[in-house]
Amino acid sequence: MFTLLQIELYKIFKRPRTYIAFAAITALIVIIQLGLKVDGKEYADFVLADMKNMLEINGKIINGYFVCYVILQLLLIHVPLLIALIAADMISGEANMGTLRLLLTKPISRTEFIMAKFLAAAIYTILLLIWIAVLALFVSMLVFGTDDMFLVKNAYAVQIERADIFWRYAGAFCFAALAMLTVAALCFFLSNFAENSIGPIVATMSVIIVTTILSTMSIPLFNTIKPFLFTTHMVAWKEFFDIKVNDANETIKGTVEHADKIIRSSIVLVVHIVLFVGASVVVFKKKDVLS
Amino acid sequence: MQNIISVKGLTKQFHNLTAVNQLSFTVNNGDVYGFLGQNGAGKSTTLRMLLTLIEPTEGSIEVAGMDLLKHHKEVLRNIGAVIEKPDVYKYLSAYENVQLFAKLSGVRLSKEQIMQQLAMVGLQDRANDKVKTFSQGMKQRVGIAIALVHNPQIVILDEPTNGLDPQGIADIRNMILHLSRDLKKTVVVSSHLLSEIEQVATRVLIIDKGKKLVEGNADELFDPSETIVELETANNHFAFNQLEQSNWNNYLLRERKGNPVLKLNKKDIPQLHKDLVALNIELIAMQPKHSLEDYFLRITSANYS
Repeated sequence: MFTLLQIELYKIFKRPRTYIAFAAITALIVIIQLGLKVDGKEYADFVLADMKNMLEINGKIINGYFVCYVILQLLLIHVPLLIALIAADMISGEANMGTLRLLLTKPISRTEFIMAKFLAAAIYTILLLIWIAVLALFVSMLVFGTDDMFLVKNAYAVQIERADIFWRYAGAFCFAALAMLTVAALCFFLSNFAENSIGPIVATMSVIIVTTILSTMSIPLFNTIKPFLFTTHMVAWKEFFDIKVNDANETIKGTVEHADKIIRSSIVLVVHIVLFVGASVVVFKKKDVLS
Repeated sequence: MQNIISVKGLTKQFHNLTAVNQLSFTVNNGDVYGFLGQNGAGKSTTLRMLLTLIEPTEGSIEVAGMDLLKHHKEVLRNIGAVIEKPDVYKYLSAYENVQLFAKLSGVRLSKEQIMQQLAMVGLQDRANDKVKTFSQGMKQRVGIAIALVHNPQIVILDEPTNGLDPQGIADIRNMILHLSRDLKKTVVVSSHLLSEIEQVATRVLIIDKGKKLVEGNADELFDPSETIVELETANNHFAFNQLEQSNWNNYLLRERKGNPVLKLNKKDIPQLHKDLVALNIELIAMQPKHSLEDYFLRITSANYS
């Protein structure tokens, strides 16, 4: 199993396509950072326009923590496509190249083979998120400095002390990894049924778009299925940045307002991953290799 | 001779299509086993079932006394295969491909051993070149190097000469003979190029529409008394005249158009040669037609009628 995983990782990182995602992420983050560096003050004025009369804000609004939050909000919508580029190719790409039949004539178990492939896709996904963390958080901290974090939510604003932020990002990135692994697992499952990677990529993105629309629409008909859609839970990373307040409306350091939401969403995502990967194993074990 | 592959009642059904129908055959240790059939006859499906790529609907396959489905890992350790096109990772070099598949086969090879493997198929000078720069014949040779990387007892080659030029076809033929004679491997080779099979196979199985038509020793299937010989001469009109007035008239097959064609016993070919000289026929080429091919066409067409 470990040898199979090593081989899969070797193949992933030998392919030029793998680095497209890393390059795209780098370009996007640098563009956002550049924009906020040049016009950050105007952006902050725009974001705080409705609250300026009610609040007096001291310190740097546009700091590294705030920039990272902006980047994550913008980027996590697009990362699934970059993950699909690799995950969709894991099985269908081998079928397309004709290497699947050669691989399966070797003395390996199909279950181990498929698990090694999913683990390789998962490692790629996690590395991509680590890369986002390095650029979006650490580089932003270097470029913009650090201060308390001030976020404007729908009906209220949240201020989180500088010393209370870092662990929240660690949690948010771990949760984002779980969400992206769900996308990878879905794409991986769909990859079983195709002989080129375009089909699974398009199918995955279609599923995400449709279920995201269903998750966000406030129509009673869809409310019953919303809790079961993985897209409903993918945005729960933001809960790490909602902090509890005491009776005097002061924030309580080290707390999360809706920790139960994070736990529930994590469970739903893990169940989806297990279902998609389990179904992949079942389908692949029965698959006739005709490519 | 000891059976190394034993197939009984093998059937594969794809929805309404029966690709392989109650097929039974045995391959002996050391055979070069020619697997013949027209396109769509069920050759590739059968070989893929031998390699666990396709699950049989019915039947059993035993390799070296082990049930394939129960002991597939152990069985596949004894088999090396190239199925249809030799598709390997084009973005890797020949060296990297051999190294990767050696690991997958559970074999750790040193650099020297990988280079030896590539030298065996004549690719030692291109070891570090990406496979995407290789010709079809070279890719086929990489595929064979990969098939042999774990030193299997059985080598399965499915249509190994497809898409190759004449030199590539000759190289593959020599490789099969080398595997059989020098390395003592059992080789199962499928093809619709019957002339190629005839030159290497010791035993032959002919299938059509997924069913066995005949299985036997190549020597027995090859009937030397019915060898077809086509003559290419400088003047066919003159050649026909001369042959019709000679003892060879009874052996002439074709009408007076194209090249003269005779049906004779293979042992009479030297005498024909001498007589052509005596009859002043300027011979450009003499082409013995493959009797196995005739045999094949005869029995497959009988199957259609």
